Amino acid sequence: MASIRQQVLTLYLSTSALDSRVLGWSIYDGTGAQAHTTGDSDSPPYETGLDALRDGWRLLQLPVLIPPYPGEEYSTSFMKYGFVFEKLEDTGA
Amino acid sequence: MIEVQHLLNSRQMAEFVARGFLRFEELVPAEINEAVMRDIDRQAIKGAPAGTPLSQCYAGTAIRRLLDLPAVQGLIQSLVGEDPLFDHDAVHVREPNEGKAQGLHADSIIDLRTHFDIQLMYFPHDVPLEMGGTLLLPGSHFRRVNEMDVAAYQNMRGQIPMVCKAGTLLALHHGIWHCGRQNKTDRRRYMFKLRLNPAVRQLRLWNTGDLDASYRARREIHAGLDRDGNVQDILSRREPWFEAASGRLEIVNRIKLWRFLTGDSDFDVHYWLGRLENKPA
Repeated sequence: MASIRQQVLTLYLSTSALDSRVLGWSIYDGTGAQAHTTGDSDSPPYETGLDALRDGWRLLQLPVLIPPYPGEEYSTSFMKYGFVFEKLEDTGA
Repeated sequence: MIEVQHLLNSRQMAEFVARGFLRFEELVPAEINEAVMRDIDRQAIKGAPAGTPLSQCYAGTAIRRLLDLPAVQGLIQSLVGEDPLFDHDAVHVREPNEGKAQGLHADSIIDLRTHFDIQLMYFPHDVPLEMGGTLLLPGSHFRRVNEMDVAAYQNMRGQIPMVCKAGTLLALHHGIWHCGRQNKTDRRRYMFKLRLNPAVRQLRLWNTGDLDASYRARREIHAGLDRDGNVQDILSRREPWFEAASGRLEIVNRIKLWRFLTGDSDFDVHYWLGRLENKPA
């Protein structure tokens, strides 16, 4: 277990449905093999969240649907549909 | 008083309302770019106390010559009035061969105004892709977030890395999400930023001579989007990163800002607000 490292992928989707289109993405790699940062890619790693599942990513968290706060029904803020995935990689270290 | 041909037109204003920025390629001549680079090297660019009228800032300097260009005066007057207030400036530096980019953020703190400040971002030297360029996310200016709250978003569809030639100028709504991309070259990257506050009510400050009676006429809702670049068309275009549902709210945000800027309280796009405002007694 000491050589197992976590990779974390967050996909920001178009709707609350996991098979909807990827609009934004972030990747953090605990193996150290990749170093991702802001603005380093113009094309998403997957077209939909479901495509990530099919590629072996495990879903850790899905967005909770919260009704708009009274008076804030028309304001926009954070991306609403962030799905968090993980992969566990054996680094052999 | 700036001549009317140097003011923005209504389509440019609609682009600013919809996307939160306007981009002017190679607007500043080489001799000013070179003079500003010399001033940066000498750390000779001096701002002013916050709230100083812009006309009283940068006397006798290359930045003053930049601000006095008719096209620059025209865009400033169109967005924030003839003599806005100096807020702050900064020479932003991205060091060579950086390990990572800056996190995505909106400047200052969460801002609930309909009135808006502008930030001029001026690129005094060429910026190739490997040098990074400022990254900006079109259409993010209405999102209510507090500074680095959005740093978790590494990449978004439709994001724009500012790859440009020397002398390029951006005019940003204060709420636009942006960051300094990673600089992978062995040269420092510079960008000069200047924030300006309006000193007058932002009401029809641009060249509104192109707003004829037909531009605001209601259209058939399911007739498909116009693609001729009229104001309603521009205000209804979705950015590639908009969620399906929130993207509709972004169009409502644009309608509200357009109403504020024109004083036209009934203006609408695709009946998004007209429907909600129909409350027969």
